[in-house]
Amino acid sequence: MSIKGRPAESLLANNPLLGQVLGLCAAVTVTTSVVSGLSMGLAVAVTLTLSNIVVSALRNFIPHQVRIVVFAVIIAGFATAADMLLRAFWPGAAGALGMFLPLTAVNCLVLGRAEAFASRNGVAASALDGIVQGGCYALALLLMSLFREVLGAGTIGAGLLGKAGEGIRVLPAEFTVGAMLLPVGGFLALAVLIAAARWIFPGAAGLKEG
Amino acid sequence: MDIFKILSIALGAVLTNNFVFVQLLGVCPFVGVSRKVETAAGMGASVTLVMGAASAVTWLVNEYVLVKYDLLYMRTVVFVLIIAFLVQLLEMLLQKWMPGLYTMLGIYLPLITANCAVLGVTFLNVERSYSLMESVFHGVTGGLGFLLAMVLFAAIRERLVFSDCPENWKGLPLALVSAGLMVLAFMGFSGLRIW
Repeated sequence: MSIKGRPAESLLANNPLLGQVLGLCAAVTVTTSVVSGLSMGLAVAVTLTLSNIVVSALRNFIPHQVRIVVFAVIIAGFATAADMLLRAFWPGAAGALGMFLPLTAVNCLVLGRAEAFASRNGVAASALDGIVQGGCYALALLLMSLFREVLGAGTIGAGLLGKAGEGIRVLPAEFTVGAMLLPVGGFLALAVLIAAARWIFPGAAGLKEG
Repeated sequence: MDIFKILSIALGAVLTNNFVFVQLLGVCPFVGVSRKVETAAGMGASVTLVMGAASAVTWLVNEYVLVKYDLLYMRTVVFVLIIAFLVQLLEMLLQKWMPGLYTMLGIYLPLITANCAVLGVTFLNVERSYSLMESVFHGVTGGLGFLLAMVLFAAIRERLVFSDCPENWKGLPLALVSAGLMVLAFMGFSGLRIW
């Protein structure tokens, strides 16, 4: 993890979603509106930070052969907690995320950071890694959902902002592209975002793979 | 056991509700391990095995432990534990008894724990209250649908390498656009039914 150079470049170039394409399932599914994209991003970020801390604290006690099982159970515990909290305090957002909220338990980003970083580094560094990586992931989800909601529904923040929670209209309803709200829109939005990040930061090595 | 119900589960899991293209479960390995047809087929075959086994074990545990002792809030944790355990077990069994198959599939096995299609199929079995046989069948056919998606996409990606496109779109973005078009194509199967 390097936080050198211009911050915007390192945010996008080392972004877990845009650079390493981790955590795709949630990214292409729930980013149909800014509210659900952002709540998913935050749920993943919190789960990642907490599981990183616990995995790092226990790293010397976990037998190497069964480490994946132990990581998976730790992560599933925090994912369940995030699922229950969101259902209790923000049922609207939890309903929009559906099955993908408990599926945070097997998000490859969270398991990947546990294996690649938290199991090899100290607690403080792992917590920071969770906050940075989770924050970058949430940011990428926010960008994707902004792109999809503006083009697909013509609004920003439906379900939260505007009067009666219908969002702030930026595009008249007759000019919207409904396909952006379908699953195909998720793949297209992510492709556009990666290509745009490569175009804006031509030197960024993290975006060149794949 | 109703043969038509079984057939419609199979049709749904492979085509109309394909795990990757329609339900968008297991997209990570679908994009991550699909550069070559052989590796994609290997991953698909291992996922099929694990999905079938996980469907059976999670059904039994859900019915005789979670429901019986009112522990439904532990479902995610228990199911993840079962899947991770099964993957580890499969890895050890293959290594011991089928070293040939192990060298072929070994590297994909740890990745299956983080495949949402496997956890997703166990959730769906519970949600739709399938019987044990139906759950196993749903798991296996869902895995076959995943295998189909992997092989089709890998075959396309092998050709995409030679395409002449703008530098910034090479590789991943172009593959994602192709995946989007395949998702659109699979929407054409919706409405297909067996009476």
